[in-house]
Amino acid sequence: MNVVPISYYLVLSAILFGLGVLAFVFKRNIITIFMSIELMLNAVNLAFVAFARAHNQLDGLVFVFFVIVVAAAESAVGLAIIITIVQNRQTLNVEQVDLLKF
Amino acid sequence: MPLLDHLWIILALPLAGAAINGLLGKNWPKSAVNSVAIGSVSLAFLAVAETVREFLQLSANQIPWVKTYFTWMTAGPFRVNFALQIDQLTIVMLLTVSFVGMLIHIYSTGYMAHEGGYYRFFSYLNLFMFFMLTLVLAANIVVMFVGWEGVGLCSYLLIGFWFLKQSAANAGKKAFIVTRIGDFGFTIGILLLFWTFHSVDFGTIFQQAANMASDTMAQAGVLTTICLLLFTGAIGKSAQLPLYVWLPDAMEGPTPVSALIHAATMVTAGVYMVARMHPLFSRSPIAMLAVAIVGAITAFYSATIGLVQTDIKKVLAYSTVSQLGYMFLACGVGAYAAGIFHLMTHAFFKGLLFLCAGSVIHAMGGEQDMRKMGGLRKLIPVTFWSMFIATFAISGVPGFAGFFSKDEILEAAQSGPHANTALWLLGLVAAGLTSFYMFRLIFLTFFGKQQFDEHKVHVHESPRNMTIPLMILAFLSIFGGWFAAPHLVGGTDHFDSFLHPVFASYEIQHPAGQEESLAGSAGEEGGIKPSPAMGLLHAVTGPPVIVGLIGILIAWWFYIKRPDLPKKLAASMHGLYELLLNKYWVDELYAATIVRPLLWISTNVLWHRVDEGIIDGTVNGSARVARDAGGKFRELQSGNARSYASWVVIGAVSFAAILLGVWMKVR
Repeated sequence: MNVVPISYYLVLSAILFGLGVLAFVFKRNIITIFMSIELMLNAVNLAFVAFARAHNQLDGLVFVFFVIVVAAAESAVGLAIIITIVQNRQTLNVEQVDLLKF
Repeated sequence: MPLLDHLWIILALPLAGAAINGLLGKNWPKSAVNSVAIGSVSLAFLAVAETVREFLQLSANQIPWVKTYFTWMTAGPFRVNFALQIDQLTIVMLLTVSFVGMLIHIYSTGYMAHEGGYYRFFSYLNLFMFFMLTLVLAANIVVMFVGWEGVGLCSYLLIGFWFLKQSAANAGKKAFIVTRIGDFGFTIGILLLFWTFHSVDFGTIFQQAANMASDTMAQAGVLTTICLLLFTGAIGKSAQLPLYVWLPDAMEGPTPVSALIHAATMVTAGVYMVARMHPLFSRSPIAMLAVAIVGAITAFYSATIGLVQTDIKKVLAYSTVSQLGYMFLACGVGAYAAGIFHLMTHAFFKGLLFLCAGSVIHAMGGEQDMRKMGGLRKLIPVTFWSMFIATFAISGVPGFAGFFSKDEILEAAQSGPHANTALWLLGLVAAGLTSFYMFRLIFLTFFGKQQFDEHKVHVHESPRNMTIPLMILAFLSIFGGWFAAPHLVGGTDHFDSFLHPVFASYEIQHPAGQEESLAGSAGEEGGIKPSPAMGLLHAVTGPPVIVGLIGILIAWWFYIKRPDLPKKLAASMHGLYELLLNKYWVDELYAATIVRPLLWISTNVLWHRVDEGIIDGTVNGSARVARDAGGKFRELQSGNARSYASWVVIGAVSFAAILLGVWMKVR
């Protein structure tokens, strides 16, 4: 059977994760940063699924469901925070939200 | 025999008095404090009296009567019991301490009537009685040491009783610190004693000392070392050269305290200790000689200082130092009984002298300078007569208490088993000086013209509770020495023969006749017994009496007949006068050689260098390092979410790199 080797999936996952990281670090818009987190999560999901398939085990799939649930909860909370920030500061620039420091 | 089994009652009574007054007495009326304080010491005295009665019924082989109550501490072979003992020596001390103590308690109710801290005073005084009785009753040297230190503590508390007065607070500290130097030696002596004999009980130690082969050099050396160390403690406690300096300063305390602690009882603890340890001292001729020399020199030396002092209490203080020197001289020449005899008579007449001085100061409204008194004889007759009697007693006028005891000491120094002519001469001269300065005190205070303004100073006789103790002590100052009276007419010295069992026990066996010469000097004249009349004549015309009378005459000549002479003499012998007036500059010498260097080192090295530099520096330094590091690290928390993200990434990447490295290595 001609299957796609697992390394392809993992490389794709790493690329997606790297993009997420780069976007997370270099972007200034909160929404974009938020989306980059989602990208990283899904890159990890892809890796999980690939491993689950390669090893013929369910553990990875179960993890994926958990990650999806956590991501949903996280986006609910995160979006609420973003809305509050926008309401209070009238900005989406993360550089301007830095009052919580030494 | 109920009370002999419960010797602790004698101790418990004053301790209870001290606790009750000290803890509860603050807001009590004075009468309540009085009844607790005097009640407890009076009961203690009655308990002592009953103990003595029971003791006298004991048979000789039951003495010393030792009672062990409980084991105080054990550490390996080191075992200390709380044990009390009674023998004849203890009896003499118990009676003296409890009786004089009781009288002085009564006197204090009058003397301290207008002072603040009344309950505190009596609490301390009772506590002192407790420790002093502990010291006397102790059956091992550790319990004795408890009493020894306890009386030192009470002495400190009572000297500094008026602690708001800087000089009193300083005098208290001085007394404590100076005696501590002696106690250092005493403590090492106790350790060495245990190390040598593996026991701290008097009986065991003495028995072993008696069984020791006295010719072994090493053992003799150890004994001598022990004795000298113990004697160092006695030097501190009993104010002998060179540690006497605290006693004159101790006069800052209330006068009853000077009478009880610094004349009658505590300062004699050293003499008692030496007498108690006589089986050791007797086996160490070097230590004996040291005791005798220190005693004789101190007797002479402080008598010379007493000649020119103008403060009535200071004269008595130097006189006390001098008399203590006599007691040590007696112990040093082997006449322990004479030393203890003088201790007892001294407690009577010196206690009386101090109480009278207190009464004079009370009458003069606080004045202590004798030059500002004069002519008080008619105004305060009871005080005058009591003090006059006490002065006769201390001057050794025949018939008075001091005559018998001083005579015995000088006789032992002259012709006893350890006779020493030089020391005898020193003692003799000191006897002359003693009668001179004592009569100088009397003449300046009670005779001559009034040197004070009668309108300003309302001179009044002291109240009854002060004068009655004076009269009782005056009685004892006359008759307290008569135990020895039959000795003069060729009979037995009752005091000596009473103490004989104590001082004859554990005696060195080799030289025959030693026991007899210690027992009493009756047979000393080479077997030829003088007729009673001749003996009496010999005693009352002996050198001590003659010298004493000369001293009195000179004092009379100087201060009654020709009052201008002392000034002229002082002017003509200016250097000597200054030397004596400034107490040989010993205080200044100590300040320059010991106190100031010590202060300098403490301030500049220990304080500024060690404490501030090293100890504080270490603590502050570690705090500063932590603070500075924190100051740097906190800047990582910039508030910028992207920088946090960067840190997370850096962390993750480095973690991954480390993992990779480990993994590569494992492979």
